[in-house]
Amino acid sequence: MQLYDLPDDKGHFGTYGGVYVAETLIAALDELKAAYLHYRNDPEFRAELDYELKHYVGRPSPIYHARRWTEHFGGAQVYLKREDLNHTGAHKINNTVGQALLAKRMGKPRVIAETGAGQHGVATATVAARYGMQCVVYMGSEDIRRQAQNVYRMKLLGATVVAVESGSRTLKDALNEAMRDWVAHVDDTFYILGTVAGPHPYPLMVRDFQSVIGIEALQQMPELAGRQPDALLACVGGGSNAMGLFYPYIDHPEVRLIGVEAAGFGIESGKHAATLCAGRPGVLHGNRTYLMQDDAGQIIETHSISAGLDYPGVGPEHAWLKDSGRAEYVAVTDDEALAAFHDLCRLEGIIPALESSHALAYAAKLAPRMRSDQILLVNLSGRGDKDMHTVAEKSGLTL
Amino acid sequence: MRAWCAAGVAFCTALLMSRIAHTFELLAQSRRKALIPFITAGDPDAALTVPLMHALADAGADVIELGVPFSDPMADGPTIQRSSERALKQGTTLAHVLGWVAEFRKTNTRVPVVLMGYANPIEAMGAEAFAERAQSAGVDGVLVVDYPPEEAERWAELLAVRGIDAIFLIAPTSSQERIERVARHARGYVYYVSLRGVTGAANLDIAEIARKIPQLREHVKLPIAVGFGIRDAQSARAVANVADAVIIGSRLVQEIEACPRERVLGSISALIGEIRRALDA
Repeated sequence: MQLYDLPDDKGHFGTYGGVYVAETLIAALDELKAAYLHYRNDPEFRAELDYELKHYVGRPSPIYHARRWTEHFGGAQVYLKREDLNHTGAHKINNTVGQALLAKRMGKPRVIAETGAGQHGVATATVAARYGMQCVVYMGSEDIRRQAQNVYRMKLLGATVVAVESGSRTLKDALNEAMRDWVAHVDDTFYILGTVAGPHPYPLMVRDFQSVIGIEALQQMPELAGRQPDALLACVGGGSNAMGLFYPYIDHPEVRLIGVEAAGFGIESGKHAATLCAGRPGVLHGNRTYLMQDDAGQIIETHSISAGLDYPGVGPEHAWLKDSGRAEYVAVTDDEALAAFHDLCRLEGIIPALESSHALAYAAKLAPRMRSDQILLVNLSGRGDKDMHTVAEKSGLTL
Repeated sequence: MRAWCAAGVAFCTALLMSRIAHTFELLAQSRRKALIPFITAGDPDAALTVPLMHALADAGADVIELGVPFSDPMADGPTIQRSSERALKQGTTLAHVLGWVAEFRKTNTRVPVVLMGYANPIEAMGAEAFAERAQSAGVDGVLVVDYPPEEAERWAELLAVRGIDAIFLIAPTSSQERIERVARHARGYVYYVSLRGVTGAANLDIAEIARKIPQLREHVKLPIAVGFGIRDAQSARAVANVADAVIIGSRLVQEIEACPRERVLGSISALIGEIRRALDA
């Protein structure tokens, strides 16, 4: 079997990915690509990254056998990859540490980021403080209203949060605005993109930095369970936690890769963010991938209870994995994710992020159809503290 | 064909050359610089787009750039973002824009029309279907902001076989190698982005442009148009001293935004007329 070696040197995963940006951004992307390809295999860079991941982020993150959950739902044994235990409470920091170290080597004193729910913004503000960099985070004004606590966290960490008033005033517009900032300040600014989307080399670079999740799992599962899992489950918005877990397993064909998208109020309602399940290929944010769009090719607003999945695109590598059949993509609704959220709280004493709750919800559906000697590994990509207000509101409470 | 040419050079030139090339040739013969206004199609509303195109042509536009609105205009500043939002709110689609070009062509076959926009609406229509419909509508050039030449080889080919010019951007940050690449693929004219930033930014540096354009001319044989940040007759004149064409976008769109609807046509004509006179003075 030929080993998986995508993307190609232009950033293509089959017909997906690539560099679909205005000429004004090309030089910046070329500079970034050259720097990343240089440091990617530089032993000193790797050593510093490993040190930071161990001592600052708290890696490796454990894998945990969710015994009461497994007993409750029956069927396959469910294990959780505990990315929620990372510093800042999610997988996002694996990537921001990597990109910030690269920014430092490229001599860029200012970092910028886009954020939706605020998790990537917090992870970027955190590393900017850690390495003494100026930090500006773009966030849709609609998201700022919904995520006041994360906005305050970013400010405490020394970042400037800029409200984006264009378009739908959410994550996609924040990404547009960050790109515009980058075009105007290329000389001193590094754009820390938060997911496996955007133009090449971002899908490659973010995947690489997040693949520490899967690399650890490959080693931990045999130690803990005596073998690799039968399937991996991870939620997919842009797709960075899923790509981080999946990538090291792509050349293990016996392991199913299952991405779980946000079906919102249900795919048939049209109010969802299940891009791979219900979208069509197109070009947005610098790459060719599946998109939520209308018949005229305009990007449409998505809905999910989880702000981190509320994005109308998806990483191009997921688009490729879907079309090639190597990975499967499914979707669960807000209500199903919410039920899984409550179940994990009560059965395991772990409060999961609403994003991760989507992967848990599908595990709850899939496991009972499997044998008890089979294994599911769910990426618990983040903790749910940030979601207290959303969950309370759904239960009719105001905090 | 050659016998015909001897009979009527102008007629024959028009047949063999694209409308854009022909326009620039006439300008060069009369030693004038091209004025290229940009408006967003469907802004402020559908009914005003074709009248605006005629007003621009009558006031002295040599080429009209018609923006195709997109929900996520990543390379545009706030002014053109807002105009796209206004146009989209009116329900403007790429199919409408092509219809407006066809309508404009019924009474104006002289002034070239260039569509400028982003890839996704074109991809949603299908690149080939778009190229065919653009050709029959009378579109002369297309600039897709997020199709850099390396992702656009098939695209440029689709347009070329239908006699439509694929127009590309060159930025102040473009390397020598990229300038050469753009020069190989571009048709019609090359759009030089005059500053580091998005459309409508304020930091225009004429000296920098004057230094850069002769370097571009070593590789680019097509006319060079300069856009992004040109705001008035004075900056237009300064840019025209070194370039072949001046593109005015955000400033016009701002005027359309600020003006009561019934005064838009008059106000745009006055603005373009003033810049035209400055260029020809």
